[in-house]
Amino acid sequence: MSKIIIGRYIPGNSIIYKMDPRGKIIATFLFIVIIFLANNWLSYLFLSFFTLLAVGATKLKPKVFWDGVKPLIWLILFTSVLQLFFTTGGKVYWHWGIFNISEYGIQNSIFIFIRFVMIILISTVLTLTTTSLEIADGMEWLLRPLRYLKVPVAQIALVMSIALRFVPTLLDQAVRIMNAQRARGADFNSGGLIKRIHAIIPILIPLFISSLTIAIDLATAMEARGYREGAKRTRYRVLRWSKYDWVNLGYFALLTLILLLTRTY
Amino acid sequence: MKDNIVTVEHLSFTYKDSEEPAVKDVSFSIPKGTWTTLVGHNGSGKSTIARLLNGILLPDDNPKTLISIDGITLTEKTMWDIRDRVGIVFQNPDNQFVGATVEDDVAFGLENRQVPRPKMKSIVQDVLNQVGMTNFQESEPQYLSGGQKQRVAIAGILAIGPKLIILDESTSMLDPAGKFKILKLIRKLQKENELTIFSITHDINEAVHADQILVLDKGSLLASGSPVDIFKDVSLIKNAGLDLPLFYKIKNKLINEGISIPQEVNTEEKLVKYLCQLNSKM
Repeated sequence: MSKIIIGRYIPGNSIIYKMDPRGKIIATFLFIVIIFLANNWLSYLFLSFFTLLAVGATKLKPKVFWDGVKPLIWLILFTSVLQLFFTTGGKVYWHWGIFNISEYGIQNSIFIFIRFVMIILISTVLTLTTTSLEIADGMEWLLRPLRYLKVPVAQIALVMSIALRFVPTLLDQAVRIMNAQRARGADFNSGGLIKRIHAIIPILIPLFISSLTIAIDLATAMEARGYREGAKRTRYRVLRWSKYDWVNLGYFALLTLILLLTRTY
Repeated sequence: MKDNIVTVEHLSFTYKDSEEPAVKDVSFSIPKGTWTTLVGHNGSGKSTIARLLNGILLPDDNPKTLISIDGITLTEKTMWDIRDRVGIVFQNPDNQFVGATVEDDVAFGLENRQVPRPKMKSIVQDVLNQVGMTNFQESEPQYLSGGQKQRVAIAGILAIGPKLIILDESTSMLDPAGKFKILKLIRKLQKENELTIFSITHDINEAVHADQILVLDKGSLLASGSPVDIFKDVSLIKNAGLDLPLFYKIKNKLINEGISIPQEVNTEEKLVKYLCQLNSKM
């Protein structure tokens, strides 16, 4: 499980850590949109430069970013190779049946490759430097306009924070159940597909029951501590917008401007 | 009586899917500022009583039933006022931790009571200091031991300034050292904040230090009284499916061996002292 980089947080104290999660979430989404503005070598150069600057600003080891890209590397290569062989236009260097390597093909496959890597890098910057709790808080703030559509944002926020708080507890629980079943002879790592699916049942059912038990206990404890559904509550945890967040948004505004200027039509 | 913080009369409760009542016509009272322990076998209805006292469960319909806490009679309307005065520490330290970090969890009760944030901050600091968890303020629950989680639960209760703390088998999932520390902490807090403690346990050794003991069996109250009175009656304890605490076991064995031990020797220290004196006399 520890290999999955998505959703992992690495503590640190560089400038990116001091930023408000709302700003970082907005910037990440904005980045995925503006990346499509780039359509020539110069704009991709700027894009890569800005992304690598953001990656560098986290002051984390390059290896953790490589871990982020690694699980998707086959998808990236596959897409790039498809682009390489099936795009026509410009000078044709090689041709065989339906395959051909053309000037545009090479260019497009490199662009796609850069685009993929940059999106992964930027979203890794977000998840590595922001705790899941901060992301939930940020998301809640960003969902707030939905209140006008009668969406129960406060309840959703509570659900999110409780869900996040119980992820490690349930993971622990799952490992414990697996070990207990192993001690009784269960085998999770061999056999065919059907056999393996069967082996999961003795993990899933106890896990399901224990999550229901936790839910009942937790609901009792919450009520005993004065929680009333739908009642107004104050908030202990608040997000604070700082000068770093203006830097963050300014940085992305600048990138957008450069991409618009360098874009060829 | 005026000095009773809890008065319970003719309390019965039946769970929806069972025919037998879980609690049968129980009446008792708890004097202000004392430590009362409810002991009983597994399944005797102890935890049900804890949940009835703050309205998480509502008693069976009986006009004679009365639950009164700090002068307020428990009804569906006063339930929330009563929850401001009663704090419960539950059994499983994991399943009562609501917040994602220690301070969030302590603040949960305050958030529900709409306490403004600056005031919350200072209360959280204060209660974390009282339970000795200030250094763990920003920790997430998975990095805490069971005993530490129970400390946080106690802090969360202290934050709302209750009059009565109910310990619903709060130490039964802890190791001996954690158990000892939690009980010591609660004794300290009881003195400092003039709290009334109602502890529920099946560990009879925890009952030795109580001011009052209630013995519950199959939903009915068998007896109530001081530890000395209760543990005098060996057959009563046997009937309730319980065991005598170690101290009383030793005392009874000594009496059986022909050593006369007076009634007023009722703690370990007194027994040690008495035996030493006896030794020097012989």
